[in-house]
Parts: sequence; structure tokens; C-alpha cells
Amino acid sequence: MATTSQPLNVETQPLETTAELTLDAGLGVIGLGEIARIAWEGVVRNKIRSLLTMLGVIIGVAAVIIMIAISAGTEATIAEQIQGLGANLVFIQGAFGRGGPGGEGSNTPRLVYDDVAVVESVRGVVGTSVEMPTSQTVKRGTTTLSDVSVLGTTPDFPSVREMGVANGRYFNQTELERSAKVAVLGKTLAEELFGSEDPFGQSIIIGTVKLTVIGVAAEKGIVGNTDFDSQLYVPITLIFDRFVPSQFARFIGNNVRVIYAQIDTEANMDEVITQIELRLASTKGITLDELPFTIRTQNDIIETQGATTAAFRNLLAWVAGVSLLVGGIGIMNIMLVSVTERTREIGIRQSVGATPNDIRLQFLTEALLLSLVGGLIGVVAGIGGAILFGATSDMRTVIVPQSILLAFGSAAAVGIFFGFFPANTAAQLDPIEALRHE
Amino acid sequence: MQPIIQTNQLTKVYGMGDVQVTALNGVNLQINPGELVAIMGSSGSGKSTLMNILGCLDRPTSGTYALAGQDISNLDKVQLALIRNQRLGFIFQSFNLLSRTSALHNVMLPLVYRRQQKLSPEAREAKAMSVLEAVGLADRAHHVPTELSGGQQQRVAIARALVNDPVLIMADEPTGNLDTTTSHEIMALLHQLHARGRTIVMVTHEPDIAAQAQRVIVLRDGQIESDERR
Repeated sequence: MATTSQPLNVETQPLETTAELTLDAGLGVIGLGEIARIAWEGVVRNKIRSLLTMLGVIIGVAAVIIMIAISAGTEATIAEQIQGLGANLVFIQGAFGRGGPGGEGSNTPRLVYDDVAVVESVRGVVGTSVEMPTSQTVKRGTTTLSDVSVLGTTPDFPSVREMGVANGRYFNQTELERSAKVAVLGKTLAEELFGSEDPFGQSIIIGTVKLTVIGVAAEKGIVGNTDFDSQLYVPITLIFDRFVPSQFARFIGNNVRVIYAQIDTEANMDEVITQIELRLASTKGITLDELPFTIRTQNDIIETQGATTAAFRNLLAWVAGVSLLVGGIGIMNIMLVSVTERTREIGIRQSVGATPNDIRLQFLTEALLLSLVGGLIGVVAGIGGAILFGATSDMRTVIVPQSILLAFGSAAAVGIFFGFFPANTAAQLDPIEALRHE
Repeated sequence: MQPIIQTNQLTKVYGMGDVQVTALNGVNLQINPGELVAIMGSSGSGKSTLMNILGCLDRPTSGTYALAGQDISNLDKVQLALIRNQRLGFIFQSFNLLSRTSALHNVMLPLVYRRQQKLSPEAREAKAMSVLEAVGLADRAHHVPTELSGGQQQRVAIARALVNDPVLIMADEPTGNLDTTTSHEIMALLHQLHARGRTIVMVTHEPDIAAQAQRVIVLRDGQIESDERR
């Protein structure tokens, strides 16, 4: 150990300062670069404390990214389902359920099979289909399924609703005109009835009518509220003849639930819709205002769905916002404890010439650094968490780049906001008290 | 010769309203360059208060104090901080080093807060290293205080006090936390600084430490009771 018995080499030390005394501190700060260096040292010097301080921000930022990823994933799923409705499709729905044939609303014009031809005659309509459902018991050998959705449609249905036929074929125009007893099965339904057997050419009994299976539809899944795979498709004329006969059909035609019109992509959608409405109104002999049909486009459905997902997204945003807030309060708490713990350090810095602004900026910069580093870790954790969540749960996650910016920016804002109070506390410490602090 | 310290009727009153304590009561004091002065007094005599005002950590209630010709009685907090940085070096009883920071970086601290003739980080390190060398601790430069003995820590603190070339070194019980042998070492170091012409004001309650000073000032009830030169 060196001792002071050796001569002190103070030759290099000037006896007195030669420097001019400066009493002008400018803004009272030694420079942002210096402050950043001091703050960085403060952060790395006590890693455990820094990590604890950052924890809230890490969780907050990760939560924001994961929440938005879940919400975006849900929206993407819904958007795909809406795409699955079919391209450029207009849905024309009658005033169904209220009244009905012979009921109190019988004077209300109804949507009937003949209206398909009316819709088809409008310029800009490139394809139509129609559907009329009924719920029936389906039997095949010893297997009996009740309440199976039987959908009467036309040969255009697969192309209009973008549904493929995986095995066999869909029924054709001739079969439609003849009310042929043929059926196309949804994939799930085919499996339930036939198991691993090939259903093609086999017979099933719907209600009391025996039909021949001519095809199995390709898997399409659930679109809107309809499970395409669990229903079966028959010529709509068969529905009229055998399942929902109407005593008024002779006079006013057969009820249908929905008429689909596929619009030319070149055509103006709104104009075509107006034309359809005008044509239908004149057919029924009523004014446009009296027309009781609802005509909806994919966009209408997207908007309806959008409102639901917006509510979901807002909820998630609130949850994420609260966790960021809690993270900020965490920073403030630990910074306050840290200021108390480091009172002596503050006193030492003040004694060697740190101004209140030097101290304030040091702690503010520390808070900012902690939230930025915490934010960065949070971004990594959030991306990882979102990917993991998407892989391990039923919900889909889509990482939104803006959410990373948002979360990171919020973290920085939180750091400055919640760092200000502790930093001010530190800056206002009295050097004598601070030096005496144990 | 301009005195380093010149006070006129220096008074400090603590408390407001009914309970007022007069810690300093009209102290007139002049300390010239190159003096080694010991300030003594029982607790409550006002020596800590005097120390704080002379060290520009506190302001007097009334009276004036000029440090190397600069009146500091009316300076604000920021200006006092600048004076401390440019004109003063502190040595404390409890060393007051930053605990997780190396000896070298502790010594560099006053240079970091320097605003006039700023040094580059490399120049700071070189300067701090040369002062550490001067107090015989060059080989311990990269150790943190907990890895150093009490005497070594105090020598780091002395190096820190010297690094900005102050006009005055304030030592508050510099040997108070040290054993006898180490105390002698630290006092020897202060004597060498004094021999080199440094002005040192030292507060102590140990008579044998005070006896080593050329001038001993004893305070009592906020006033100078005796002022002896030897």
C-alpha cells in the first residue's frame, strides 16, 4: 500500500486557479451530452434497480403491442370472412318473418322467385342467385340427422357465393327446371352421413323425399352466421314443390329469402342498386319509399362488423393504456425511492458544483433512458408475446407496425411525465441536508 | 495581498417567528493565502454553520462574505454552485465518495461540472489521473471506494478537492473517521499541501489535530472566542 510518507508530487498542480471566475451558467446545465453520460452511468450502475423501474414500462409496452395485435388479428379474420361472402355482391332481402303468406302483413310486397329475373334484367348485374332455406330431417341408412339446413339455390350459387365443389358436381339448369331430386352436401354434413365412404351417387332421404347425392362442396367454413359445410344444397324449385309449398304461389309466386346480384366491377355500385330498387318497385306497383326490401352490399356488412371490432379494439386500447399508466407510476415510485436513496449522491454532486438544473436533468434523463430501454425490451417482448399468443391460441394476431411506434412513443412520454416529479424533488434538495443524509 | 476569506459581521439566524436560534453572531474573520487554519468549538458553537457559509453551501442572514475578492453574500443557488466548482475543494469526515464509481471517476466529478475551459473526457481523465498520482493512489484508480481503505478513500476525496485548482480547501473533520496512524498520514498530506502554499480551513474538535495548524480559531455561541497564531 502506498503511503504519504513519499513526497507529494504536486508540481503539476497550480497553486491557484488561473481561470477567470464564471458566474453565468447560461441555462444552468453543463450540456446535454454530459447529462446523458451521467444519466447513463446512473442507469447501468444499478442494474437491478433499473430493471425494476423498467418492469412496468416493459409490461405496458408489451401489452399495447399484444392487445393491438389481437385486435388486428380479429379484424383480419373478419375481413377475410367478408371477402368470403363473394366479390361485388349485393344482398336483396325481403321483409321476411313479419307476416308471411296469409299473415297480417300479406299485402306487403314479398320477395319472390320471379324477382330474380327482374334483378337480372338490370344493366350492370352480371350474375344472380337466390336462396330459400328449410330445416329438415335427413336420413341415410341408419343415420338420422334432424334440423339440417337445406338450402334451395340455383346453379349460379357456387360462382356467386364463391363456393367450390370438391367431389362430383353442382346441379345444372336442366335439373333446376325439372325440380330434380339431387343434392350437394356440405363437407361436414357429408362426413356425418357417410363417414369415409364416397357419397357420390348414393341416396339420402330428406323428410319424405329421396334424393341422389351428386356432389360434395369444398370446405368454406363459417361466413357471417352461416356454416356452409353443415348444410346441403338442392334445386330451389324442389324446395318450392316439396318442402315449403305456398297456397299463394300460384298468384304471387314463391317466397325467397335472399336474392344475390353480382355487379360488374366496372359499374357504379350505387347506381346499379338504385336501378334494382326502381325496377323492383315498379314490378310491385309501389313507390321507391314503400319498397320493403333491404339491399345491402359487402361494405354495409363490413361497416356493421367494423363497429363491433372498433368497440373491441377500444376496450383493448383502454386496458393497454392503463397498463402503460401503471408502468409510469411504477417509474415515478422507484425514481422517488431512488432520489431518497441517492440523497447523499445528490449532495456530493451539488458540493462539487452541480446546479439544480444539472440534477433535475440528470434524473429526468435517467427516467427517459429507463423508459426508452424498457420500451425497447417491451417491444421485443410484445412482438414475441404476440407471435407466441397467435401460435398457441385460437386467436389470430397481426403485429401492427404503428402500434410499436405508438407504444414506444407512449413509453417515452410516460418516462418524461412521471420522471418530472422525482427529478424536481432531487433538484430542490438542500446541499447541506443532502450531504448529511445517511 | 488579497485575503482568501474576508467576512464582516457574518450572522446566521435559523427559524422564523418565536423560536429563533442565532448560530452565528457577527463573525469578523480574515484568512490570508497560504494559511492552514483550524476552527474549533463545542457542538452548537456555530462552527458547522460557519463552515457551510464559508463553503458556499449556505448564505448568511446578514453581513458579508468575500471569497478571493468575490462577494458571495447575495449570490443565488446556481451561482453558489458555480463558485463551489471553480473556487472550492471539500474534504468531509465521511469521505463522501460516489460508492459505485471508481476512484478515478470520483476525482473527475468536479471537472464534469466545470463550465469554463471545459476539458474533453480524455483530458479530464488525464488530469484526474495526475492528481491521483500526486496523492499516491495511481494504482488504485480503477477501484471503487468499497475496495479502498479509509485512508485511501480520504486521499481520493483530497484528490477530488484538488482537481479544479481551488483557492480554498474546506476540510470538515478530515480525520474524524480514521484511526491514529491513518490520521497522521492524512494530516501529513494536508501539511504537504499547505507547504506548497494551499489555503486550508479545517474544522475539528480534536485538540491534537488543531495543534498542527498555524492558526486556531475557537468559536463559542456564534462568536469568535479566541484566534491564536503560532
